[in-house]
Amino acid sequence: MNYDRIIRAVLATMALVAVSGLALIAVFVFKEGLPIIFRVGGKEFFLSSDWHPSEGRFGILAMMAGSLMVTAGAMVIGVIFGLGCAIVITQFCPRGLAMVLKPAIELLAGIPSVVFGFMGVIILVPLIRGYLGGPGLSVLAASVVLGIMVLPTVTSISVDALQAVPRAYLEGSLALGATRWQTTHMVILRAAKSGILTAFILGMGRAIGETMAVIMVAGNSLALPRSLLDPVRTLTSNIALEMGYATGEHRQALFATGATLFAIIMVLNTIALMVSRRGARRYSKK
Amino acid sequence: MKTEWVFAYKRGKTCLSVFLAVIIVVLLALLEVGCKERGQQEVSVIGSTSIQPFAELLGEEFHKKHPGTNIVVQGGGSTAGLQALASGIADIGMCSRPLSSEEANVFVPIVIARDGLAIVVHPNNPIKALTLQQVHKIFSGQITNWKELGGNDQGVRLIMREEGSGTREAFVKLVMGKMRVSPKALVQESNGAVKELVKSDPAGIGYMSLGLVGGEVKALIIDGVTPVCSEVAAARYPLSRPFLLVVKTQPQPSVQEFIDFVLSPEGQRTLEMEGLVRAK
Repeated sequence: MNYDRIIRAVLATMALVAVSGLALIAVFVFKEGLPIIFRVGGKEFFLSSDWHPSEGRFGILAMMAGSLMVTAGAMVIGVIFGLGCAIVITQFCPRGLAMVLKPAIELLAGIPSVVFGFMGVIILVPLIRGYLGGPGLSVLAASVVLGIMVLPTVTSISVDALQAVPRAYLEGSLALGATRWQTTHMVILRAAKSGILTAFILGMGRAIGETMAVIMVAGNSLALPRSLLDPVRTLTSNIALEMGYATGEHRQALFATGATLFAIIMVLNTIALMVSRRGARRYSKK
Repeated sequence: MKTEWVFAYKRGKTCLSVFLAVIIVVLLALLEVGCKERGQQEVSVIGSTSIQPFAELLGEEFHKKHPGTNIVVQGGGSTAGLQALASGIADIGMCSRPLSSEEANVFVPIVIARDGLAIVVHPNNPIKALTLQQVHKIFSGQITNWKELGGNDQGVRLIMREEGSGTREAFVKLVMGKMRVSPKALVQESNGAVKELVKSDPAGIGYMSLGLVGGEVKALIIDGVTPVCSEVAAARYPLSRPFLLVVKTQPQPSVQEFIDFVLSPEGQRTLEMEGLVRAK
């Protein structure tokens, strides 16, 4: 009994340490970052893309646009291929193949992001430069690399969601004369919707937060991107690129960049959660 | 059923013991390291990331000769290094640009080497030479096509270093003056990344430390002077910058020893072999 109590205390301490660590990081980021936003003015900080730290100009509009564009592109690629994979694995392929496919895709998650970035620079960037024009380092390159990086997350969680759909749904639908595809998109996908949305959220979190691979393939230029072939700098790459040297206001502005990213991720997650809840409720009412 | 429970319980217990043991070992190891450090002298060198690799190399060589002194080298940028020196965190600052007049009042700069700044393009680019004025116009966005310089009909792709890099600071100071760099410029975070990009992009132009150019990219002749070490040493090549170690007016003996080592023929030879130009 005594032993149990010790274990409980140890585990509680660990949980507390982990959670308070996270909370402290959040507090620190906002404490360091918010003052400069007030000093520079929210309008200047969020709505200008004039980033010249040495001249005291801090405008992050182009980077916010960059982060959102790259993440959106990555999610288009990640969801199309990830969900496609998940459907094939759970519905349309022989069990033996599925047992090879799923671990193979999950293995992708273990590859360090630098490697993805390096592959992007060596293979993808010259292809884009050669066939589509522009500098090659671009929104498109970053989206493709990130899209591949979120594949394992999106696929494996979607597979779990699809497999969790009760077998009775499948059998019922097939018994009513629906084809396999009709069953999949009209019954299984809808029943698994909230799980698939979770996959989407986690994938998005990974995409918007990824730094190393993006620095390598996105070009990091400060201009507002006008097409998919323009280079772009994301919020994360801005922090990573300049943190090493930054002091004073510049450093604070980078923390403010981090705080902005924090806020954007929270907003996106909240929206996604709300959508999934509303969807789930409507579905259950029917 | 019952046996399974007991088994799981026992396994849990072993896991926990192993876990605690690991923690204790790690703590002991940290303690051990802490004790070891105490007996030794430490010289902390902070600043420019351009000088950092050279300083690390020199630090290792120095440590071989003076095992009692550890040279601890950290990056952070030239300006950050000077701030660390002022606040007493660093014993020596590394600075890859000349000191400003206020800084020169407080600190003592010691030139340990000179480094050229090479303007590099793709090896197939027909352009061989540019004037400083042309480089200025290219990077400020006034010249946007190689055709205007007598090259191929192709847009110019600018490649910069990130804000705060010593190489960037030197470039901006020597070439751009008060003029801003075009915001369309790509930004890469190391000499290596700039080189990789220029090597693969026929329209690219960038700048990097002369010591790191190698054969895969073409360094341009600037104002009629070929970018080689001898021209930098003779102060004919227009784009060169000093590598400084910066100290306070009364350095400690161990600090002085390290600086003497860097300026000694041995230290200077090391720097020269790494592609820099001797200070003397």
